[in-house]
Amino acid sequence: MEQRALKIDNPIKKESPWQKPLNFINNWGTVIAIVVLIVFFAVAVPQFMTGSNIVNIMRSISIVTIIAIGLTVSLTVNGFDLSIGSTATLANSLVVSFFVWYSLPTGISIALALILALSVALFNAFLIVKIKIPDLFATLATMFIVEGVAMTYTGGGSISVGMPRLDGTPTNGTIPSAFALISQTPYIIILMLIVVGSVYFFLKHTKHGRYLYMIGGNIEASRLSGIPVNRYRTLAYVISALLAALGGVVLASQIGSAQINAGGGYLMPAVAAAFIGSSFAGQGKPNAIGTLVGATLIGILENGLVMMSVPYYSLNIIKGAVLALALASTYYTRRKN
Amino acid sequence: MVLIARAIVHERKFLILDEPTAPLSNRETAELFRIVRELSKNQGLGIIFISHRLPELFEICEAISIMKDGKMITTEAIKSINQKKVIELMLGKSFNEAHQKHQIPIGNTLLKVTNLTDEANFLKNVSVVVKEHEIVGIAGLVGAGKTELCKAIFGENANSSGEIYLKNKLVVNQNPSQAVKNGFALVPEERRKEGVLVDEPVFTNLTAASLKRFTLPFSILKPDREREKARKLIESLGIKTPNENQKVSLLSGGNQQKVAVGKWLLTDAELLMFDEPTKGVDVGAKGDIFDLITKLAEEGKGIIYASSELNEILNVTDRIYVMYDGQIVKELVTSETNEEEILFYSTGGQ
Repeated sequence: MEQRALKIDNPIKKESPWQKPLNFINNWGTVIAIVVLIVFFAVAVPQFMTGSNIVNIMRSISIVTIIAIGLTVSLTVNGFDLSIGSTATLANSLVVSFFVWYSLPTGISIALALILALSVALFNAFLIVKIKIPDLFATLATMFIVEGVAMTYTGGGSISVGMPRLDGTPTNGTIPSAFALISQTPYIIILMLIVVGSVYFFLKHTKHGRYLYMIGGNIEASRLSGIPVNRYRTLAYVISALLAALGGVVLASQIGSAQINAGGGYLMPAVAAAFIGSSFAGQGKPNAIGTLVGATLIGILENGLVMMSVPYYSLNIIKGAVLALALASTYYTRRKN
Repeated sequence: MVLIARAIVHERKFLILDEPTAPLSNRETAELFRIVRELSKNQGLGIIFISHRLPELFEICEAISIMKDGKMITTEAIKSINQKKVIELMLGKSFNEAHQKHQIPIGNTLLKVTNLTDEANFLKNVSVVVKEHEIVGIAGLVGAGKTELCKAIFGENANSSGEIYLKNKLVVNQNPSQAVKNGFALVPEERRKEGVLVDEPVFTNLTAASLKRFTLPFSILKPDREREKARKLIESLGIKTPNENQKVSLLSGGNQQKVAVGKWLLTDAELLMFDEPTKGVDVGAKGDIFDLITKLAEEGKGIIYASSELNEILNVTDRIYVMYDGQIVKELVTSETNEEEILFYSTGGQ
């Protein structure tokens, strides 16, 4: 190809001397923070750098990561799915009830829980795409509805093996050992990596992923380019709900029971992980690998702080501050553009 | 109305109305005129009435001042002047640039739109015909309905009635995605908002409308093929960019527009619509875009060229529909008309 004169009509913006280091911190801040934290905790707590603790961290972030990856997909279309926590709760209740109440086989129970969770996605898509409620508000409503549905379904209590139903009906189902295996290492970590890998591939290397990002960037221009935007926004919420439900199923395997609002606690770290991930490596977009890195950061922070005997009730202060930092980084970059 | 009421309450001596009728319906306009007349007669208010719509001025004003390019041309009593004369003065010396378009024999009917009315009832019974090799202009002032017409054909605005035929086959464009499948393309007016994805690189913009052609099974993308095609397009359209990975937001307006046009060249579009394609485009790129449009017509495509720049319309088109207030009020053959005539009809002349 001939060498073309590299003249851009736009005047080149004057860069302040701080711009470069600031950009660097913005793009690689997550990685720097992880390294700094690891060094800090390794020095402060000798047991931190042991192999078993590292596996422990990986295991502890698995469920958050799976849920956060779903959220990442809803973020690509410039959406936001607040209902992921309750969807995880719902899936948790459903799958345990299938085992304990109805003694269904493992595969069918998991599949059924995931399929039923899809109705949450369709309801979200209906509110957002058809009724045109802003994503945040629509999914806020869904969050409460689904939480209520899950609680109503379980009768306002928890479900565990051997516990009679609320009306006194005795239950005789058990949780299969194969199901309990899902949350054991290494399977839970492998599952997480499969989810991250396939969503990474889907977003980065398929037509569908390209469309999702385009819609997130400019929905008008995407529609006028002939992209069926409503179908893809629906797809984003379907993936989000599916992965949230998968997170709920893994959670059920981990705790072996259905607890009230068991998934609710995963919303905040998932949001933090996805937003921390957006700025990872200068992508400036929600992306799967970044979300994994974000979840790792939160996992290390939490693990290290617990080891340093910071009380669990104070952890939220730090986790919230990390979320604020991640949001600051995202919106600072966005404003500059 | 509220704004006018507020002005009256404050007991001013002068009232300036700047295009007050643009957003109003006919009935509301009549009501406005009644109020304006009353104010000037009974309250002794001095009123300046600024408008594009010439018949209105003749209806309500006593004197008229004509401006052009920021200069006052003349002030006269409304009775001593007519609409034709006003248009001549608005344009200055009537200049007729040479009709540059070379003659291509016009082919069969490609697009036929009959009695199109949109849901908002703004477009009223619009019928348009475009033939192969033909460039059809849609002339009209800002707000006449040119953009609405293009979007209605493209399926972006819901239509309440009317039919669209492409090559004598009825097509249903309920949304742009269907329209693209049916062989339509639109280069929209709001380039940065609707035409290009400013945060994406040039090559993904160019392949945005034809991404299916760059995939393996399971929709897996072939970015190398995309880049290769994009480089060819950059070359042939003369898009000034360091490479195909440049963000579109860093290109100039003219080059962004070339990208917005370029994405349709990779599709099977048979009918291309251009809505104010030269808005914010430098002179050089303007020439390139005209050449490209002419070339597309030579290849047998049908072109709709909507613009409020009359000299452009006269330069590039074969035939012109003039729009006024959501309706097509006149059909003209480009080689037999001039700016005065188009402006006469687009300002509501009968």
